[in-house]
Amino acid sequence: MNRLIADDVTLGYDQRVIAEQLSVEIPDNSFTVIVGPNACGKSTLLRALSRMLKPSRGRVLLDGEVIQSYPAKKVARTLGLLPQSSIAPDGITVGDLVARGRYPHQGLLRQWSAEDERVVRESMASTGVEALADRPVDELSGGQRQRVWIAMALAQQTPLLLLDEPTTFLDIQHQIDVLDLCAELHEDQGRTLVAVLHDLNHAARYATHLIALRDGKVLAEGAPAEIVTAELVERLFGLRCQVIDDPETGTPLVVPAARSARGAAGKARAREHGEDAGAGTGTGPLTKKPAVRDSGVEDDAVKDDVVKDNV
Amino acid sequence: MKTPRNGPAARPVRKGPPVKSLRTRGGLSVRVEARSALVVLLLLLAALAASVVLIGTGDYPIGFADVVRTLLGEGNPGQEFIVNDLRLPRVLVALLVGAALGLGGAVFQSVSRNPLGSPDILGLGQGSTAGALFTIVVLGGSATQVTLGALAGGLLTGAAIYLLAWKRGVHGYRFVLVGIGAAAIVTAVNGYLLTKADLVDAARALVWMTGSLTGRDWDQVWPLLALCAVLVPLALVNARPLRMLEMGDDAAGALGVRVERTRLLLMLSAVVLTAAATAAAGPVGFLALTAPQLAKRLTKAPGPNLVPAMAMGATLLVVADWSSQRIFGADQLPVGVLTGVLGGAYLLWLLVTERRAGRI
Repeated sequence: MNRLIADDVTLGYDQRVIAEQLSVEIPDNSFTVIVGPNACGKSTLLRALSRMLKPSRGRVLLDGEVIQSYPAKKVARTLGLLPQSSIAPDGITVGDLVARGRYPHQGLLRQWSAEDERVVRESMASTGVEALADRPVDELSGGQRQRVWIAMALAQQTPLLLLDEPTTFLDIQHQIDVLDLCAELHEDQGRTLVAVLHDLNHAARYATHLIALRDGKVLAEGAPAEIVTAELVERLFGLRCQVIDDPETGTPLVVPAARSARGAAGKARAREHGEDAGAGTGTGPLTKKPAVRDSGVEDDAVKDDVVKDNV
Repeated sequence: MKTPRNGPAARPVRKGPPVKSLRTRGGLSVRVEARSALVVLLLLLAALAASVVLIGTGDYPIGFADVVRTLLGEGNPGQEFIVNDLRLPRVLVALLVGAALGLGGAVFQSVSRNPLGSPDILGLGQGSTAGALFTIVVLGGSATQVTLGALAGGLLTGAAIYLLAWKRGVHGYRFVLVGIGAAAIVTAVNGYLLTKADLVDAARALVWMTGSLTGRDWDQVWPLLALCAVLVPLALVNARPLRMLEMGDDAAGALGVRVERTRLLLMLSAVVLTAAATAAAGPVGFLALTAPQLAKRLTKAPGPNLVPAMAMGATLLVVADWSSQRIFGADQLPVGVLTGVLGGAYLLWLLVTERRAGRI
């Protein structure tokens, strides 16, 4: 049996149901990527898998037990989460922030062991931020900052690591950079990774296991080469396209059909489904609030999600 | 990784505060931020010195050395009466109230992730005032009853804000906005109560409302000390999860912090501490707002800085009490007026700088 399973869960916020009777298994040692249009419930699913959201029905199982039944710190030593919105406290240095990832291994009288120190150093080294250790986080670029947050999650030393849209806000070079880092963590360190990604091509290139989600239901899951077809993309995003082989990696590459080829109906559908891809995570507050990774208003990320999911 | 890493490393490195860790062979370890520890030590020394000076200040001045000698039990009977029975409890109330407000403010600002999210902005002080006013005006209660009324008012307001701000947990902005709303409503209620009061009651209420340490004796010290002895450790034990909470609920939850439980415990202790402090000395203005911020600027350490905020609050209140006595004469000016003026000026400065930094 796999370590992390969502078993027949119903997910939602207050009265709003986002997914019903959803069952998902995360294959052990996989790099699983969850894709789907905005409002499909992918972030909600990730929150449920990381026990940030308690299913109103069904259960999330970690190593065969209901995830809520474990002590909080014990889960945090098994399963790490890089949330969509985290706030770097004012003036905190990279080293201090990464060190906070050791929290689940510490206690009131075990605040900073030699082991903590070693793991923090290693985490910074494997994400390439050790040279930044004494720099304040709010002085870093978006790409560097994302690496620091990943380093913090690594310092947690969890065999399972969940990442909620780790590439949002990054330019293409840093997106690839972060995904390469994820692939390394998966291949070299043998961690099970679960990421929510917006970019289907990135997902197809990096994932070993893909879960396609729409309206809270799994449309397809499996290896990208087996499931990513023009028909799936059309069903998933309402977008007509061709799927060709990626000339670099041979993985499926989605090429949207030309505007003229899609016709009026296609355009309308595209407007409905595809156009606001990326808009859901907000635009630009990063420049205004550099310490916040996502939607500016720190606690409203969840609320935004609900609103989006309701559109 | 494929990115070049030389760029940032080539720039001059700004050093963070040095962190020392003390470890035992048995695997126990404690983390100490050297600069924070130094700041706390210096603040405590300042508070101690100011306390001795404050004890010596009044209609019957006593020299520094005499105060110390009397406190150590070697003074003459006259000095002993003035020091131990009249002035020491007042200073102790000032220290405890300052520490409680500093801690309460630090907890609230950290939980709301907003420097303006302090008890005096969120209506807790006003809530205590409402309780005291109600006891004075409607019930015509004694001094002890007024204290209890103020305590109840603060607790009720705190509970109301917490419940109204609750929506799948209590979150920063919502909490601050609900608190500001509560402050406005309670202020209106206080105004109404004052108009209903007769002249004697109104005068008594007004003195209470300004926040004053005049005539505080051992009866105020003991309950406050007992509450602090329970609640301060409770808050400090939760300081580590509180640091994690500053990164956001999900980030803290992912690290194994029980978010709502931690927040509830911390806010409970902060509300009770604030209400008790306000009940003992009246709503001493702006101390809860300024002390944590000033402490943070001194320690330069990220995080809630609970202990430095406590030390700062205690020091500030004793110094403010001494200054108001020094400048305006003994018991002429309630200390709340002074902290209000200084705190108000500080609030303006804070608003301007925060605005410039784009945080509000």
